[in-house]
Amino acid sequence: MSTTTSAAAAAPTVTAAAAAPPAKPKLKTSAMIASFADPGQKTASAPFGHALVKAAQENDRIVGLTADLGKYTDMHIFAKAFPERFFQMGMAEQLLFGAAAGLAETGLVPFASTYSVFAARRAYDFLCLDAAEPNLNVNIVGGLPGLTTGYGPSHQATEDMAIFRGMPNLTIVDPCDSIDIEQAVPQLAASDGPTYLRLLRGNVPTVLDEYGYTFELGKAKVLRGGNDVVFISSGLMTMRALQAAKALAAHNVDVAVVHTPTIKPFDAATVLAEINTDRLAVTLENHSVVGGLFETVASAVVTAGVGKRVVPVALPDQFLDAGALPTLHDRYGLAVDRIVAKVLAELD
Amino acid sequence: MTITHESNTESAMPAGIVQDRLAHVSAAAYRIRHHALNMGEVQGQGYVGQALGAADMLATVYGDQLRFRAEDPHWEARDRFLLSTGHYAIGHYAALAEAGILPVEELETYGSDDSRLPMSGMSTYTPGMEISGGSLGHGLTIAVGMALGLRHQGSSARVFNFLSDGELDEGSTWEAAMGAHHHQLGNLTAMVDINALQADGKTDTVLRTEPVTEKWESFGWYTQRVDGNDVGALLAAFDNAAAQAAAVGRPSVILCDTKVGRGVPLLEEREKAHFMRIDEHEWQVCREQLTAGYEGKASA
Repeated sequence: MSTTTSAAAAAPTVTAAAAAPPAKPKLKTSAMIASFADPGQKTASAPFGHALVKAAQENDRIVGLTADLGKYTDMHIFAKAFPERFFQMGMAEQLLFGAAAGLAETGLVPFASTYSVFAARRAYDFLCLDAAEPNLNVNIVGGLPGLTTGYGPSHQATEDMAIFRGMPNLTIVDPCDSIDIEQAVPQLAASDGPTYLRLLRGNVPTVLDEYGYTFELGKAKVLRGGNDVVFISSGLMTMRALQAAKALAAHNVDVAVVHTPTIKPFDAATVLAEINTDRLAVTLENHSVVGGLFETVASAVVTAGVGKRVVPVALPDQFLDAGALPTLHDRYGLAVDRIVAKVLAELD
Repeated sequence: MTITHESNTESAMPAGIVQDRLAHVSAAAYRIRHHALNMGEVQGQGYVGQALGAADMLATVYGDQLRFRAEDPHWEARDRFLLSTGHYAIGHYAALAEAGILPVEELETYGSDDSRLPMSGMSTYTPGMEISGGSLGHGLTIAVGMALGLRHQGSSARVFNFLSDGELDEGSTWEAAMGAHHHQLGNLTAMVDINALQADGKTDTVLRTEPVTEKWESFGWYTQRVDGNDVGALLAAFDNAAAQAAAVGRPSVILCDTKVGRGVPLLEEREKAHFMRIDEHEWQVCREQLTAGYEGKASA
């Protein structure tokens, strides 16, 4: 979906023929749901929608809802496969999640989708009291988590995990890729209480198939070992962490990567075992530095009495700019080059 | 076209049956009020005024309309009664006791440490309490989901949502009103206690909700407005709702004008307050006035 190209960086020269007006520089633009897949990267189309259909074929209690964002959360795949099990609630997020709780009260297993900003900011009270307090199997599916759109603060859910982590009973999953999503969906349906999935939609990169990986709800997984640095990452930043680890190898820096797709409940044991070494510890997340993975790890480290510095790669505690996604990922430090530079500076 | 009932509507039922239902529900309403006064006395204060005002609505639902099994509050085929106004729990507990779902002797634990009967109703605490109300404007959204879910699973169970006129301030109530109409939820009945009072004062000074009837009509609901302290009018309205709303797949709302403190002249005449304070010596006076009024009406 992105119209951004690297050619845009090449500015026209001013030495062109004086008679011809200078060509305008090609502008970088932003799409609402710009893909963060790299050019040529292996991807899967709408993994959430297809995974939900598959899960629903095996479990007739699964139903789907959305608040006027079916096409933009891949819920339309489910709606097409099971029209009688899909409920369009309109652009009414309080109703969406209140009704999802009501459906769960009758024994059904709802997956309710909207953008993360609306779920977290707008419907929190309904999720908290109607789904989480009675510990119902309500599955929140939030599109555009963190910085995955260039539309500015109205659509960038940079603090969604910070908001949701304080909600008792809620399981929070921040998947890396299509493999994570495909494997997480049936496990979310099978888990009793409410869950929040930070949705990656559209053409979603397929990354973890190269690492002999399987998603297990509540578990962190060591994707690769390394002697100098350990990355603790979640969400799409695990993809960037793996890319940065490869790039750092060229600098003779050996990097381990630990993927923590379940943010809550957090697999502190696995993460602490990896952090409590002489290696530089870095967390990487597509989220504000406040209240997300970094603070989850920091809390585990302090609670365990481990005297260890942890370096965050995260979004700053501010409202972010609008613009093209690659520009913004570079500006706010989520791009691979920025991660590599940060690690090298730390090791200096 | 929507029919608005301003007063008691004649029922098609034989007069004897109507009289039996009337007497049965009126007696239940009296006992609900009596229980509420006893619970209020233990606390020394509380939402007694709302319980007295809504007692006839609660008695009509539990005594005449709801399908349930007292010994099995989670019976799958039961009708659902959702208390959106969590602070009305005092009245709801009294109704649950009247229905045989809660033991009457447990009512005195209302609002106490470790009680199953907290001040604000919660589904995780109390048998027969379907939802955790209290954060106002939630009940009708949950009711929409329940009505969808029951219909989807082929259940004939109905969903009743009790809400207050104060809750009409909440935008979520109107999201749900639209959703119920869109999804043609004929198995959903909302009952709104219009006591014209909310936390900061009279409803028309806090946020004007009138014209309430026209609002619900314009949202596509089968709308009736009745005297919510007239059991005969309530019975007729529920009968109409069941017969007409369900048949055409339209949600139904019964707007009930009630009087805070109803049935106890001492409290009816008191300056209306959301959280009514009653002196120690007044509780017995309240009970005596309630009983005198009920017996006077019953013998009339």
